[in-house]
Amino acid sequence: MDEQEKIYSLLFAGVGGQGSLLAAEITARAAVRAGYDVKQTEVHGVSQRGGSVETHVRFGPKVWSPVVTPGRADVVVGLEKLEALRFAHFGHPRDGVVLVNDHEILPGSVPDAEAKYPHEALDFLRRKGYRVVALKASEMARDLGDGRMANVVLLGALSTMLPIPQAVWLETLQHRIPEKYRQPNLRAFAEGRAAVGQPTP
Amino acid sequence: MTEAILSGNEAIARGAWEAGVEVAAAYPGTPSTEILENVSQYPEIYAEWSANEKVALDVAIGAAYAGRRAMAAMKHVGLNVASESLFYSSYTGVNAGLVIINADDPGLHSSQNEQDNRHYARFAKVPMLEPSDSQEAKEMVGAALDLSEQFDTPVIVRTTTRTSHAKSVVTLEERRVYEKRPYEKNPRKYVMIPGFARQRHPVVEERMLRLAEYAESCPYNRVEMGDTALGIVTCGPSYQYAREVFPQASFLKLGMVWPLPEKLLRDFAAKVERLIVVEELDPFFEEHIRALGIPVEGKSIFPLVGEFTPDVVRQAAYVAGLIQEPPVPRAFDKGDLPMRPPVLCAGCGHRDVFWSLRKLKVAVNSDIGCYALGVMPPIGATDTIGCMGASIGVATGMRRGGLEKDNVAVIGDSTFFHAGLPALASAVYNQTPITVVIVDNRTTGMTGHQGNPGSGLTLRGEGGQRIDIEAVVRAIGVDHVRTVHSNQRSELEQALREAIKHDAPSVVIAETPCIFVSAHLREPYVVVEEDCNGCTLCMRIGCPAILKSEKLDEKSGRPLAFIDATACTGCGLCFDVCARQAILEGALKTDTTSSVEAMA
Repeated sequence: MDEQEKIYSLLFAGVGGQGSLLAAEITARAAVRAGYDVKQTEVHGVSQRGGSVETHVRFGPKVWSPVVTPGRADVVVGLEKLEALRFAHFGHPRDGVVLVNDHEILPGSVPDAEAKYPHEALDFLRRKGYRVVALKASEMARDLGDGRMANVVLLGALSTMLPIPQAVWLETLQHRIPEKYRQPNLRAFAEGRAAVGQPTP
Repeated sequence: MTEAILSGNEAIARGAWEAGVEVAAAYPGTPSTEILENVSQYPEIYAEWSANEKVALDVAIGAAYAGRRAMAAMKHVGLNVASESLFYSSYTGVNAGLVIINADDPGLHSSQNEQDNRHYARFAKVPMLEPSDSQEAKEMVGAALDLSEQFDTPVIVRTTTRTSHAKSVVTLEERRVYEKRPYEKNPRKYVMIPGFARQRHPVVEERMLRLAEYAESCPYNRVEMGDTALGIVTCGPSYQYAREVFPQASFLKLGMVWPLPEKLLRDFAAKVERLIVVEELDPFFEEHIRALGIPVEGKSIFPLVGEFTPDVVRQAAYVAGLIQEPPVPRAFDKGDLPMRPPVLCAGCGHRDVFWSLRKLKVAVNSDIGCYALGVMPPIGATDTIGCMGASIGVATGMRRGGLEKDNVAVIGDSTFFHAGLPALASAVYNQTPITVVIVDNRTTGMTGHQGNPGSGLTLRGEGGQRIDIEAVVRAIGVDHVRTVHSNQRSELEQALREAIKHDAPSVVIAETPCIFVSAHLREPYVVVEEDCNGCTLCMRIGCPAILKSEKLDEKSGRPLAFIDATACTGCGLCFDVCARQAILEGALKTDTTSSVEAMA
């Protein structure tokens, strides 16, 4: 497809309370700020603390459906390994990236969760041919003062994979993150970029 | 010109404000809840949570009669509750504009049934608009109010979960101010006794003819000509999916979904070689078009059941030979991935109630709310759930119908005020010896903690008048009433036993203050590893804070229990069920008011 007409499709997956919805929202806002048509939707009914959360974001010159088609996402952003695996099939089998926080949250309500948890999810996806970019985002965020900023670490890495200018990302973060949390989040964003080899100038 | 990225529900609230709405009422229900929550941020609009959807619609109808633009919002099944008011308001018409927002839920993300509420427009003989994105959602509120005043009718704006919850770019405008229309007494218009209503019916029929005429030129009914080999009639989010799947086709995009424009349909059909309808749920357009004698396909290609996505439309289109490119395979085998199913929250008082009811081995006729999760394993206490308020009537019927064991109705505070009151009155009046457990968590939990008459908190969070459930129940004539905090488990169980034994209608009010609206009583509980042998008794209460430890019991080799301190709210049910006293009670919190006090 002509680069001018390309629609970018992203799927954010995580566990309720991890901030995947916020990450999706910041991406959508950055895309609006960059002048794109944008649509965003949550596709899970009962999103609650501890449940699977699935948010779709699409942007381009003209977006029709807010819902991403399986096999067509440019990036699947997984805030947790099991959820990344659960939604990985949304990624484009050839060009799609699975950007994942190498972090495990066991499903508390499931008996034998430890035994059933797919600890080898990332290797499994690599064997399936996906381009897996794994970051220890929760640990990186914790080192910066708050493990909850893992979502913004991933956004930093995501920003290197999308045509939205770096300055627009920073403006959006400054606009969206309350002053009290702004500086550590900007650092988390920069660390995420650096982790995939693109340090912030 | 300001742009914002808004959900359909946010856009509807904005649209109501821009279009001069002054009164708005609703009962919360997914996917419509955020509409009134967002309306409440505009001080120019009086906005309320009503006790149920019928009341909300009556309030909006009254405001429109009085001369101010009004809106009622509800989910699809809410319009079932409000349908009687929809039908009479169709006859009376309005004075100032009245718009009814109705949010359907294809795919049952959070509902007891799927239904296609476009039928209501035809059934009640009122016009209906349906947006495809947030910009249209915002505009259509104003358009509906204009139509309402022009044709003297309520107008429904139908969304679906996808339109209500998807965000897209919206252009914001200023609020338009409308002068209040004077109210003039007119019993022949506003009093629906048979003699007057009989005279209104022809007025309604004549109105529908004029509206059908209007539909031909309605700007929201749009022809977008492309390749004439395939013509597609569609509406709502299906339009977005169809545009994506059939980029070359010609489209008739219907924004006014009732009444339908006959001439426009005929003209469009004549221009294309093959006519198909892409519509979620029922073949509403398809049957109408076929009745006009126009060859058309729809449900022979696309599913009748469930929510559409571009993938669903693409798969169906490929199977039907409408597109050549095979869809990407849906998924690949990932093994048996553990789910993260919705569960009662750690510390939720509903768990205590269901735990007791399971011990008593009674049939449970439950209701709509968080406590519907009482059906899930490992608790699995529930026998029936139907719709808002059904618990009490069904419990009455099962009692009268010869059920072999004892049964109780379980109903929440908000649901009790919504539709439980008449059912309890019936049971008392007829002296059916049922037991009703009112699980009073002082909020409307499932939809995101809205106020209700039992909490006294209004939509804007200001103190309204709290209605005392026990006083209401006694006033209805229930003599046997017990109020127990669900945390006091032995008292709760005793109260339930006595109530079930009682040979007249009885009520147990189980105070189960929602952990999201009340302070937690105790610090997190802790498993004493030396005393735990991994028996799993505490895991059978289905608390998400109780996990399996990595440490194993030396004798049995079973994993010990482990309590996640970040999730535990200190309710103590695990402490009560542990047979080995292997759980250490959390200390009483000193710096917080108890949840019982906080509730008072």
